[in-house]
Amino acid sequence: MSTWRRLHVKVRTAHGLLTSRWETQQRTWQYGHLALCQNLSTGRPLRNDFFKDLEAQLAAMRKKASDALPGSSWSPLEITPNLPPERADIVIVGGGVMGWSIAYWLKQKERVRGGVKVVVVEKDPKYSQASTVLSAGGIRQQFSLPENIHLSLASADFMRNINEHLGVLNEDPIDLQFNQSGYLFLASEEVAHIMEENYSTQRYAGAKVSLLSPTQVKEKFPWINTDGVVLASYGLENEGWFDPWTLLNAFKRKAISMGVIQCSGEVTDFKYTTNVMSTADGDDVDLRRIRSVKVQMPNSLEYQPVECAIVVNAAGAFSAKLTAMLGIGLGPKDSIAGIPLPVEPRKRYVYVVHCPDGPGLDSPFLIDYSGVYFRREGLGGNYIVGRSPEEAEEPDTSNLEVDHQFFEDRVWPSLASRVPVFEKLKVKSAWAGFYDYNTLDQNGIIGMHPLINNMYFATGFSGHGLQHSPAVGRSVAELILDGNFKTLDLSGLGFRRILAKEPMLERNIV
Amino acid sequence: MLVPFMSLQRCCQRSALLIAARRQWSSSSVSPPPLHTRLLLFLTQRFYDVEMLLSWGSQLRRRGIQKKNAYYGYTQKLYGSDIAAAYYILSLKGGFRYVGQSEWFRANQRGKFNWDFLKHKDTPLEEVNMSYTVINYTGLGNLEGQKALRTLSLRGCPEVDDWFLARLHIFQDSLEELDISHCPRITTAGLAALRNLKGLRRLDVSSLPGISSPGLVVILLEEMLPQCQINATGYDHSLRQERGERTEEHMEGQR
Ligand SMILES: Cc1cc2nc3c(=O)[nH]c(=O)nc-3n(C[C@H](O)[C@H](O)[C@H](O)COP(=O)(O)OP(=O)(O)OC[C@H]3O[C@@H](n4cnc5c(N)ncnc54)[C@H](O)[C@@H]3O)c2cc1C
Repeated sequence: MSTWRRLHVKVRTAHGLLTSRWETQQRTWQYGHLALCQNLSTGRPLRNDFFKDLEAQLAAMRKKASDALPGSSWSPLEITPNLPPERADIVIVGGGVMGWSIAYWLKQKERVRGGVKVVVVEKDPKYSQASTVLSAGGIRQQFSLPENIHLSLASADFMRNINEHLGVLNEDPIDLQFNQSGYLFLASEEVAHIMEENYSTQRYAGAKVSLLSPTQVKEKFPWINTDGVVLASYGLENEGWFDPWTLLNAFKRKAISMGVIQCSGEVTDFKYTTNVMSTADGDDVDLRRIRSVKVQMPNSLEYQPVECAIVVNAAGAFSAKLTAMLGIGLGPKDSIAGIPLPVEPRKRYVYVVHCPDGPGLDSPFLIDYSGVYFRREGLGGNYIVGRSPEEAEEPDTSNLEVDHQFFEDRVWPSLASRVPVFEKLKVKSAWAGFYDYNTLDQNGIIGMHPLINNMYFATGFSGHGLQHSPAVGRSVAELILDGNFKTLDLSGLGFRRILAKEPMLERNIV
Repeated sequence: MLVPFMSLQRCCQRSALLIAARRQWSSSSVSPPPLHTRLLLFLTQRFYDVEMLLSWGSQLRRRGIQKKNAYYGYTQKLYGSDIAAAYYILSLKGGFRYVGQSEWFRANQRGKFNWDFLKHKDTPLEEVNMSYTVINYTGLGNLEGQKALRTLSLRGCPEVDDWFLARLHIFQDSLEELDISHCPRITTAGLAALRNLKGLRRLDVSSLPGISSPGLVVILLEEMLPQCQINATGYDHSLRQERGERTEEHMEGQR
């Protein structure tokens, strides 16, 4: 008995030796006295248990010893994976397609390898709520603002050469699954003149769009009921839909291969300094400069402050939360500081329907003047359908539940009257996502806020952010690294219009 | 709660020191590693240089293709768009026939061709054969003005992809015959772009490796282009496989 005892004591001491002191301490915090008692207890009378125990202990010891050998990556402390660095040049908040596109372009434009240290902070690595992966994946050129048309053209060009931009050596080439199908907009009597104007703007910008009469529409797409349609515009090239996941992952993979640091955690606060400046009229304004970003690690109380020179706000639908942390929107009513970032989440439903006799391979991304849209999904007779609700009936945004009544009441009737084959269809599934909705004019906000010295914005794209992400990323990188726009002049999408309350509306036919 | 976290942070820093110390100790082992280890070590140290070289290689190749497909703006200004198109085709070792003539102009194996084509100023092209050339999306721009083009053959072109097909709408009023067989980069998603070619009478989509469920795709193509005779050989139409793929499509749609 005494020999057994001695052996056990030896094992204990050996165990104690190899277990680092720090780890013991860490455990002690967790288990308190209980752990201590266990550590101090000596042999047990029950032999069977004892042998099992010994075996397990020896195995653990061996493992620990081999782990601690030089050359392995073991360290006495469990270091939280993905903990952000303490310092970075640029912190991008939001790892959606915008965030990663900006990260890629920053790296693409840096002059020396490793010239800028870029960190992308994403709170939800599974992207369960990110708009990017919940979108319909469409790209079109049929906008009315030249800025948007140019953004689309540049992005389509990027996607055409995506493997030259985002291909990684020795990895599979990227297949966006880009469906080369045009958007077909249908216009009623009242809005036909807007469509004509838009058409000339689009042609002038270089987009390949054609106008069709109702007869031509009927000829091309016999399954459309053209009642009430007086004009249609149809994209010939650079329009269609693609897989948003693939684009997001391609940006991410390339950016990481170029040295961008990704970390999961939520930005919950900023540390900033405030400078009080006087305007010409003698009013005092507070100018803020962010010093560090507080990144809260997921599922723990741990956090890490990241000191940085520049912050990029690419948090999509929730980007106004970040500006609120900086006091934007909390100032006196009629001052600049009193105007909040006009971006809020708006829930949009997408329904997947099955209709075996529906339109075939040439089915366009159809957008009716009633607001209903649909497109083909795969080749098996599936389609995705949706519609934006009226301002007055905006659904609650606290969750992503789908309202199926909305389909019955609002979507299906309009859809079936436009495309009669859809009178017979079966809803197979549905999902909801948040638009990063700009309440002022439903267009992107790109640039800097006059009151925050070092925060750049790329948000508020309200339903066309995915398709513009490649070009917007490039423009934001130019703004940061070159100081102004180089390739596309997007100054019209800056903060001036927000603060002056002069919306830059898309002249939609919807 | 705060105190433990602070000490945690502190030990993070300390552990970094620990690791560094261990590394030093390990490198003092005596015998030099065998040759292949040293070679690998050398290569890893040169990782970025090797990567750079490799990416330069592919970049050069790409630039070569891009150069061949450059816009023939200068020729266009001097001789008009028809001659520019003809010159572009011959430079890429393709062949063509002018409208109303039976004679074909072709480049030979070594890329030499007869300059007689210059005699036919302002005659549009009717048939173009670019098979097995490196024509790409940009190069197609050189043929943009050809409003009388009826036959286009792109058999086995490595650079012809879905975006290229989408741009074929520039011939939507005239094109009657199109051969895109054996093009490795074409996928089903691109074939939808052929919808714009409503005048198409004959289409060859044989042996496209990028197409899944070819049987279904051919049926859909026939539906989309009812006037067109579609030739699709070189696919294994065994029923079993077809079915499997269809259900796969189905599942994808459900997602
Ligand atoms: C139903 C639907 C259909 C759409 N259809 C189209 C379409 O056809 N074509 C098109 O171009 N666009 C479409 N869109 C719009 C498009 O999806 C968005 O504009 C685009 O994805 C915005 O990208 P983002 O990266 O800015 O936002 P997101 O993808 O939402 O990414 C923002 C990320 O930031 C993270 N984040 C937020 N706050 C914090 C924080 N404090 N700390 C850390 N991380 C944070 C979030 O977790 C999120 O992952 C659609 C959107 C919806 C909802």
